[in-house]
Amino acid sequence: MTRDVIRDVIRLPASPRTALLSAAATLALTLGSAQAAPLDVEKDQLKLGFIKLTDMAPLAIAAEKGFFEDEGLSVTLEPQANWKVLLDRVISGELDGAHMLAGQPLGATIGFGTQANVVTAFSMDLNGNGITLSNEVWDRMKPNLPKGPDGKPLHPIKADALKPVIAQYRAEGKPFTMGMVFPVSTHNYELRYWLAAGGINPGYYAPNDVSGQIQADALLSVTPPPQMPATLEAGTIFGYSVGEPWNQQAVMKGIGVPVITDTEIWKNNPEKVFGVTEGWAAKNPKTHLALVKALIRAAMWLDENGNANRAEAVKILAKSEYVGADAKVIANSMTGTFEYEKGDKRAVPDFNVFFRYNATYPFYSDAVWYLTQMRRWGQIAEAKPDSWYDETARKVYKPEIYLKAARLLVEEGKAKEADFPWASDGYKPLDEGFIDGIAYDGRKPNEYLTKLPIGLKGGQAVQGGQLVGG
Amino acid sequence: MTSVTEASTLSSAEAMRARRKARLAHGLNHAAATLQIVGLGWLSPLLRMAAGDSPRQQGRELWQQMGVPLTALMLFLAAWAWLAPQVNTSLGAIPGPAQVWEQVGVLHADHKAERAKEAAFYDRQAKRNAELLAKDPSAEVKTRPYAGKPTYLDQIVTSLKTVFTGFLLGALVAVPLGVACGLSRTVNAAMNPLIQIFKPVSPLAWLPLVTMVVSATVSSDNPTFEKSFLTSAVTVTLCSLWPTLINTAVGVSSIDKDLMNVGKVLQLSGPTMVRRLVLPSALPYIFTGLRLSLGVGWMVLIAAEMLAQNPGLGKFVWDEFQNGSSSSLARIMVAVFTIGLIGFLLDRVMLAFQAAVSHTGTR
Repeated sequence: MTRDVIRDVIRLPASPRTALLSAAATLALTLGSAQAAPLDVEKDQLKLGFIKLTDMAPLAIAAEKGFFEDEGLSVTLEPQANWKVLLDRVISGELDGAHMLAGQPLGATIGFGTQANVVTAFSMDLNGNGITLSNEVWDRMKPNLPKGPDGKPLHPIKADALKPVIAQYRAEGKPFTMGMVFPVSTHNYELRYWLAAGGINPGYYAPNDVSGQIQADALLSVTPPPQMPATLEAGTIFGYSVGEPWNQQAVMKGIGVPVITDTEIWKNNPEKVFGVTEGWAAKNPKTHLALVKALIRAAMWLDENGNANRAEAVKILAKSEYVGADAKVIANSMTGTFEYEKGDKRAVPDFNVFFRYNATYPFYSDAVWYLTQMRRWGQIAEAKPDSWYDETARKVYKPEIYLKAARLLVEEGKAKEADFPWASDGYKPLDEGFIDGIAYDGRKPNEYLTKLPIGLKGGQAVQGGQLVGG
Repeated sequence: MTSVTEASTLSSAEAMRARRKARLAHGLNHAAATLQIVGLGWLSPLLRMAAGDSPRQQGRELWQQMGVPLTALMLFLAAWAWLAPQVNTSLGAIPGPAQVWEQVGVLHADHKAERAKEAAFYDRQAKRNAELLAKDPSAEVKTRPYAGKPTYLDQIVTSLKTVFTGFLLGALVAVPLGVACGLSRTVNAAMNPLIQIFKPVSPLAWLPLVTMVVSATVSSDNPTFEKSFLTSAVTVTLCSLWPTLINTAVGVSSIDKDLMNVGKVLQLSGPTMVRRLVLPSALPYIFTGLRLSLGVGWMVLIAAEMLAQNPGLGKFVWDEFQNGSSSSLARIMVAVFTIGLIGFLLDRVMLAFQAAVSHTGTR
């Protein structure tokens, strides 16, 4: 592919802005790669929010390694109490942008919870979550599991083995409760996918009942990530779905057993995004571009030379102003191992992916998958045509901005041409990496919904605690 | 002749000494009262000893003032050091005094490291700008403030700023209202139910309302004050103005009636009356109220910062809790002691003010 053809592929409507950008780019070229002039940003002092999870790494690395500074940005990173506070503060303008759950910009845009147009031009990482069950549940579940020749449970562990355990708990009059981090979080959809694939109903949402526990076999509720282990220990919940380091923390403290990582539920699933409001993006296009550039460089740094920099990244993340957990807890998953049962350490090299497999590119098909899950569980109350899914994805995901930033980096000699999917139309090919083997094609969301075992299909809706229509 | 003059000089010297002694005793008593107020009461026995008072009596006094509190503190530390390791949480054992002291050192080192980073940032910036200007004298150079994390000391300063802002706002509202309540039975009757209803409301209940109102009224583009700062300060105001309000009202209403009658006879105007008669005589009450208010405000602030994620000591505690590292508990303890010490100092400062304006000079 020659450069001209590539230019054609990402040709954007000419506007004063692009003219300026290309001017900046040519300027950068004339100055040489090392002395690239930063973009003339509209706002150079930014405050970005994050939640204390290892996947905020690109933000910490961009700050510590001076990538933000190279772009002429002075960035303050501020930890937030929980996802709701974080989103509200981005919407109110107290934060310029933030590390967000992939479902948050989508949920906000379609008006589930707070209504606000939030966009993303940068996907932060793939994978990184796990599902942990309490010791007691694990002991009851373990006999139901198929074992390998070494006597260890065969992976991936499916929820089929959990079904009889839930039945036992119900017979004892105990509702089976589990924690997840937010109604539109990846963790919620992953946990629901895993449970449903094992024949357990995780419950529906309805417009007048947003608890998400209608008809549920397992009652899911929101718990902030850092409080997951404590809540599990207190016996309020019997398991949870959360990002690192909180699964490994449960092993360290001996209070629970991680049974599955999310990459086993859906291979290389998109996890967090970097979100800003639509208004902010329109007002500060160059600042946005500069941010995405710095974040791409941070993601590249995290994954380069076969994860060679991860040890240093762990040290940085362990600082109290970032994730702050003990380095050895963070190191577990960041350096490619994951401990399930105490002593059952296995290699999961792709547990945290920051740049490989085009992890940072905001694919429309990822957005559509989240929307299908919102529809599946009733967060989207009515049936929508396939075209609506595509439009919504395009409203929120902005690969054009991402590619512009990538192009500037390539021209400055800071990134390789081959690392970016220049010709992609935003849809990944047919994805067959799910635990239950159901293939996903982002272009046909409604057809995909009919294939899933438990969930709303076609024109179904939840009314008065029952599924109606169809 | 000589003997007479000698005797007279002797007696006059003795008188001088006695006078000096009396003066010294008076000065010492005065100093002792002042020291007592600012929490340094244990110094006065030492001063008296130096001045030649009976060492035995002063020694007993010193033991009372200094020895007993110190012994109690030692006992507390010993009990803490012995009990802490026996409580095992999921974040490891509760830290003892040694671990907490160690974290004080770590936090201080953090502060120094951050300041060094700041200096390095400014150096880099200056160099960059110099290079740009060398290349092109007309280039636009930018100087930006450093955007690192707030250190522990920064958080303390932020908290103090917030609490005083909220407290002063509260005082500005409460003192005039209190004067009005004290002077007029009608106003008092009108205000009374409102005061009774709002006084017991927890800061945590105000917080969501304040947050929403502040978000709605303050523009987000380059506001004069950070929204989070205003949220915390206004919450402090709402919770801390009641003691001042009530005490002022009580102080004003209990003014000597004769005094007021004198004012009426002299046909003083309303404002003059308030300025000349009402405020001076109600001042001790007002300051008692302010002192209580500041204590409440400090307590409320930490809770507000914790819940609303506003910068300050409360946020530091919450962030450390979220970190869940092996040193988190010790750091939270450092914050607990810091909060306690600052609360104590604030109280002492107010007490000194109160003593300065009240007639008795003591509590």
